[in-house]
Amino acid sequence: MAHVPAESAPQAFETNAQAALADGPLQRALLNVKRGFVLKRAAARAKLPEFDTLREEARAIKDHTLAHLDLYLEAYERKVRENGGAVHYAATAADACAMVLALCREAGAKLVTKGKSMVSEEIGLNVELEGAGIAVVETDLGEYIVQLRGERPSHIIAPIIHLNKEEIAADFRRAHEALPKTRKLDTAQDLVAEARAVLRDKFVGADVGVTGANLLIAETGSSVIVTNEGNGDLTQVLPRTHIVVASIEKIVPTLEDACTILRVLARSATGQEITTYTTLTTGPRRDGDPDGPSAYHVVLIDNGRSEMLGGDFHAMLRCIRCGACLNHCPVYGTIGGHAYGSLYPGPMGAVLTPALLGISAARHLPNASSFCGRCEEVCPMGIPLPALMRQWRERDFARANPPLKERLLLKAWAFAAKRPQLYHALTSMLMPLLAWAAGRRGSFHSLPLLASWTGGRDLPAPQGKTFQQLYADKRRTQ
Amino acid sequence: MSKGERTGQGPHVGLFITCLVDLFRPSVAFAAIKLLEDGGARVEVPRAQTCCGQPAYNSGDRADAMAIARQVVETFERFDYVVAPSGSCAGMLKVQYPALLADDRAFADRARGLAAKTFELTSFLVEVLGVEDVDARFASCVTYHDSCSSLRELHVHDAPRRLLASVDGLNLVEMADTESCCGFGGGFSVKYPDISTAIGAAKARSIVATPAACVLAGDLGCLMQIAGTLSRQGSDIEARHVAEVLAGMTEAAGIGRPR
Repeated sequence: MAHVPAESAPQAFETNAQAALADGPLQRALLNVKRGFVLKRAAARAKLPEFDTLREEARAIKDHTLAHLDLYLEAYERKVRENGGAVHYAATAADACAMVLALCREAGAKLVTKGKSMVSEEIGLNVELEGAGIAVVETDLGEYIVQLRGERPSHIIAPIIHLNKEEIAADFRRAHEALPKTRKLDTAQDLVAEARAVLRDKFVGADVGVTGANLLIAETGSSVIVTNEGNGDLTQVLPRTHIVVASIEKIVPTLEDACTILRVLARSATGQEITTYTTLTTGPRRDGDPDGPSAYHVVLIDNGRSEMLGGDFHAMLRCIRCGACLNHCPVYGTIGGHAYGSLYPGPMGAVLTPALLGISAARHLPNASSFCGRCEEVCPMGIPLPALMRQWRERDFARANPPLKERLLLKAWAFAAKRPQLYHALTSMLMPLLAWAAGRRGSFHSLPLLASWTGGRDLPAPQGKTFQQLYADKRRTQ
Repeated sequence: MSKGERTGQGPHVGLFITCLVDLFRPSVAFAAIKLLEDGGARVEVPRAQTCCGQPAYNSGDRADAMAIARQVVETFERFDYVVAPSGSCAGMLKVQYPALLADDRAFADRARGLAAKTFELTSFLVEVLGVEDVDARFASCVTYHDSCSSLRELHVHDAPRRLLASVDGLNLVEMADTESCCGFGGGFSVKYPDISTAIGAAKARSIVATPAACVLAGDLGCLMQIAGTLSRQGSDIEARHVAEVLAGMTEAAGIGRPR
């Protein structure tokens, strides 16, 4: 992931998290996660008795496709060509950016509109295009606001979940200088209306439209995007050139397969039965089509995916970026997405980010989880996220990345835990001593050796002797 | 059924007391023994147990986790059943050991064998021993916290509630967001203390919002976090392991309370 400022990189996770916890407006905004996503998903799931069966089907589709990814990519490419489009393969983020830039130059582009695309964020496309003097406008409302603020999305499907509407109104007043200062921007409707008016001109004036893809269909050579704003349609239909940027694991064999995945995607993501706009694009404008681009390109991006194929993190390639794991994660819900210092936050980000940036850079992400397992429970693709995070922890530990004190303590504890006699001898001295030190209070308010516990909570004291001591005493007297 | 018949004929249960109960709250283990014996089991507590190995397993120290897992398999495989007063430790034995030892030719089958006969305490009482009611009285309004491992790893939800319904004088009121984590997470609680504390505070808010005077759970890890958080806030709500209430052994002060 290119162009990450140092202060918001995953290495800064601990300080970022502390700042997030102390950020009042952020904490207020994060309450929307439960209202906006968790309750709606639960309702959508309850309404569809076959939801779990559908999940199994969706998962099987992905497993099958990944097992034959080369075949389906070739089939997809053939179809796109037949439809009059072109497919370009990019091994790395830099390759992908260079390809898109070349296509934009070929089209003589001055203005590029974009539909929401996480993979274009991943490769740092906007910075690349802007650096070449091309204006880029995000057209998804959330992404547009993120762009105005010079931020990154804090959620993979809800880029501005970290903001409240007052903050957005202030951004609009700053960015849309030409509009009357006295205009009303109190409600979400006011904000949407203003963004729509501003974006209309961009849609019409754009030379190139860049969109991501939720799915690529091998059978038809189509790319599928889902939006709730219709901005994707205008981005891909109005400009002369449409460029789809998508990572290779987005492929599915058939239209029918795509429909199965769309059913679990919408429900898992937003609790909708189907997203408001589900748009398929299949090549450039044909003779007789009322509209559409004259050139259609697909840039297929690897950027680390093929290394995950068949390896320990293979299951992560099933991810359909619904965001359910973020929405249900107690850590994400407490600190928000930016603290992760990665474009991909939450449980899916904790697994994916080390694959993209390396475990040493991203070590906090898979470590900062209570392993509550809710992510795996709600994942429509059944990705064993805690087990995959544990895999990263094993690699992290093998590289001796955890702090020395932490590793020494663990090793000392394990040494004793593997020797029950020694363990019982040590604990039968230590626990009564701790109980005595706590006295009648029953808990410790502060304990220098365990300051990381007692900083925010009391530590309940032991009752006295260990169970093993008491049990041995009891057996002796019987 | 006389006590002699019960202790003579019932299944032979190895009690996995868990490290936290051993070290911090032995009263939970004595309560578990009483519940199991009242349910007809012959209970033995092997001295060769220390911990299930989760601190190593979840820290990425797979070698030590495997060594401890083998030790637990060797110690407990001779019993008809293995029971732990914890969803977290039972889940480690039941769900994680078979995966952890899958590539160990000498232990893979033995780990699967152990997994098949390992149970969390309340689910064992209800599902295996067929206990329908307990002989206990606890005149209090309580709320119940499901540990994540009980709920999601072992799918234990109804068993503790069914047993609590039979306790004389007890009134169970559910809190909001019963599916949410308390923020303990073992080593997570001290490696990322600020986040852990913040998640714990949200759980405490759900508990305080009920009329309950006591919060119960089946895992001492969660209870240390919940009790420590409530105590820091100056709350009067006490925290107890569900086994103490079910066994009618509530003489000891609540977790972390003055004694």
